[in-house]
Amino acid sequence: MDLNTLKGLSTVFVMIAFIGICWWAFAPSRKKQFRDAANLPFADDVEANQSKLHREDDEDKKAG
Amino acid sequence: MSSNLSTAAEQPTYDYKIVRQFAVMTVVWGVVGMAVGVLIAAQLVWPDLNDILQPYTHFGRLRPLHTNAVIFAFGGCALFATSYYVVQRTCQTPLFGGILVPFTFWGWQLVIVLAAITLPLGYTSAKEYAELEWPIDILITVVWVSYAIVFFGTIVKRKTSHIYVANWFYGAFIVVIALLHVVNSMAVPVSFTKSYSMYSGAMDAMIQWWYGHNAVGFFLTAGFLGMMYYFVPKQAGRPVYSYQLSIVHFWALISLYIWAGAHHLHYSALPDWAQSLGMVMSLILLAPSWGGMINGIMTLSGAWHKLRTDPTLRFLVVSLSFYGMSTFEGPMMSIKTVNALSHNTDWTVGHVHSGALGWVAMISIGAVYHLLPVLSGRKEMWSVRLINTHFWLATIGTVLYIAAMWVNGIMQGLMWRAFNADGTLTYSFAEAVEASYPGYFVRVLGGAFFLLGMLLMAYNTYRTVVESEDEAADAQPAAA
Repeated sequence: MDLNTLKGLSTVFVMIAFIGICWWAFAPSRKKQFRDAANLPFADDVEANQSKLHREDDEDKKAG
Repeated sequence: MSSNLSTAAEQPTYDYKIVRQFAVMTVVWGVVGMAVGVLIAAQLVWPDLNDILQPYTHFGRLRPLHTNAVIFAFGGCALFATSYYVVQRTCQTPLFGGILVPFTFWGWQLVIVLAAITLPLGYTSAKEYAELEWPIDILITVVWVSYAIVFFGTIVKRKTSHIYVANWFYGAFIVVIALLHVVNSMAVPVSFTKSYSMYSGAMDAMIQWWYGHNAVGFFLTAGFLGMMYYFVPKQAGRPVYSYQLSIVHFWALISLYIWAGAHHLHYSALPDWAQSLGMVMSLILLAPSWGGMINGIMTLSGAWHKLRTDPTLRFLVVSLSFYGMSTFEGPMMSIKTVNALSHNTDWTVGHVHSGALGWVAMISIGAVYHLLPVLSGRKEMWSVRLINTHFWLATIGTVLYIAAMWVNGIMQGLMWRAFNADGTLTYSFAEAVEASYPGYFVRVLGGAFFLLGMLLMAYNTYRTVVESEDEAADAQPAAA
């Protein structure tokens, strides 16, 4: 294959890569994972951890 | 349950000392760099100001000092401070690197001091935004590699499974700046204080603007987008509008920016196809830039009312508006026919400052106002009202500055290209300079407004840090 054909095709490759990234990011199967990731800036807050712990306590009580 | 709570309340012991040092120096260098900026703006109105201490205070020597001080000293310290803070908080682990951590602080301050000494003395490699001579370039490389080790080392030992998007932007900024700096600064030294670029001709110009534009794209954009993705959600109290969009934003932005540098060399000796490629890539760049801006601003949806009471949040959100404005203006100016009018005029200077004052400075100021109370163990800054005053001074200053430069730039472009019927030029160059005076005066005014805001910030910072130290001293015996 001519090198210039490959250079021309690189536009197509980049297009495929872009669509691939969009598909990967917006796939419904990763929705929950990214919702958790978006909350990372709040994950180490003292208050956030306490309220999470309260929730865990409640869940423990329910389980018990 | 009480024992549970106490363990939950325990955060990992973060390394805040380095963050505090860089945050305070952000304010200090901001005041210094912008003061030099106001001085050189005044020199263009009152040329006698060049003669304060010739040749050291000449415009040609102070101008690179201004750009280096605001970009690398003010902007650089803001990036160090926030990246060290964000990477620790979102990886939930203290910084990696031991002695390298304070080394990045003192090394970077040494670079800044050396720049402040050598540039007025006239030592320069004459590459825009890369003026520093080769021994300082080597020191920058050593500090930067240490920075990379600390940052990526911290990411490697993170306690979280996911790497938060802000760290991706900071990481790209660190890697690409290392690459740009090393490649563009390649030089042949002829003495300890003088070197010549390893490249020549159009190749040198292309490498210089590949560096120059990506200094904008990665130092002044990717790094500050990292800041945006942490501090906007944090200050607004809600997660980013779309995390998925932030991923597409990241990959699109970093893969496009690297191609856009050629638009600085329109109608030059650079091959025509390279100029056109640079223009097309710059136009496409609008998409990821606006994707990021919309993602940041929409984070506030449902919390718009907070803007009314929180001037720190206002800084962050208005910075995004200026980001959107200047990333629309940039692609437009990269169109060759528009560039034929705007090139070498004050429009370019206005565009840079709409990004530098409106976006970079305002988001840094917002981030520092968020950081300082956290670092000092206070609920808020010493005076929230002063933050509000600062916000209005900064906004009015920026608008005055860029409006003056728009008017000047378009006027200069039109005057330079005006022809008489017989093909001679209608105006001499000096006539265009004379017509620019009112705009130059408004620019000094705008710059002075912005600087005044920074002085208020310096005072507010001083009171916040000092009083929290007093309070800590008072609280000690009471707690015991």
